[in-house]
Amino acid sequence: MKHILKILGLLAALSAVWAGLLETSLIPYNYVWLLPIYLIVSLGCYGLLMVGVGLMVFPTCPQEATLLQKDILEAKDFLMRKGIDVGAA
Amino acid sequence: MEVLDTKPERTKSRSKYSIIIPTYNERLNIALVTYLIFKHLSDVDFEIIVVDDGSPDGTQDVVKQLQKVYGEDRILLRPRPSKLGLGTAYRHGLKHASGDFVVIMDADLSHHPKYLPGFIRKQTETGASIVTGTRYVRGGGVHGWNLMRKLTSRGANVLAQTLLWPGVSDLTGSFRLYRKSVLEDVINSCFSKGYVFQMEMIVRASRKGYHIEEVPITFVDRVYGSSKLGGSEIVEYLKGLVYLLLTT
Repeated sequence: MKHILKILGLLAALSAVWAGLLETSLIPYNYVWLLPIYLIVSLGCYGLLMVGVGLMVFPTCPQEATLLQKDILEAKDFLMRKGIDVGAA
Repeated sequence: MEVLDTKPERTKSRSKYSIIIPTYNERLNIALVTYLIFKHLSDVDFEIIVVDDGSPDGTQDVVKQLQKVYGEDRILLRPRPSKLGLGTAYRHGLKHASGDFVVIMDADLSHHPKYLPGFIRKQTETGASIVTGTRYVRGGGVHGWNLMRKLTSRGANVLAQTLLWPGVSDLTGSFRLYRKSVLEDVINSCFSKGYVFQMEMIVRASRKGYHIEEVPITFVDRVYGSSKLGGSEIVEYLKGLVYLLLTT
């Protein structure tokens, strides 16, 4: 139950700050009410952004597939010379 | 005395490495991967432990032939009668491991043995307890995934990073090197199955404060045989996330 407590603690701290803002009315009341919604929306945006950026810069390695094919041929050649029957898979 | 040794490639420490490879119907792949391991680790003291779950395709016969070529002390066949799952396969292999370090990798060639020297070098340089391969950094990468697979993978990763703060970039990758005592400790506190198990291992290790380093690896999707990712895996993954959120 450790990590969930950390996250709950963080949420509690945020709620405390929010409650504080509600009480002290440092910022107009109407705005303060909307802050949690902003938080949720910005979290969602952050997630989407991270997925989007992650997709755009997704590292691919087409050359590795060709290299691997070469390695496989080399290995098969060796195995054949050693008389190991791996069958046609 | 070791200061005089100028070649960094020659592993200065005489550590022994045990490479555990779980197999199920990997007749061809196990032979290929064995050849590649011996090719890339020519000057390292290591043993390969094949944990075969009673493959009907004759995987064990191929391993026995490989033993004749490379020696029974280099390739250990430690089969089990039936398909019993990944987590227990590692436990089973670990019981027979005599190395100071244990490498865990897949037999299907998605983990290329050419990265093993890099894992070992990273460990020697940093003294890390765990070196884990990551596909998501410069120098790493994936081949053979369609857009949907990439999207799922990225989404899963962002979700896990946001909720768990694990401190490693690739949670579900399973190409890793562990100090043997660390693997024993971590594996005994893990209870999930399938590939959530891989995630649980690294998250628990991170929570226990073990020193974890990453090396970039490339991941070429299964060359022979079919990939095992289905729709229900997403549900499994989400359940795994919640489980880790509550228990670690």
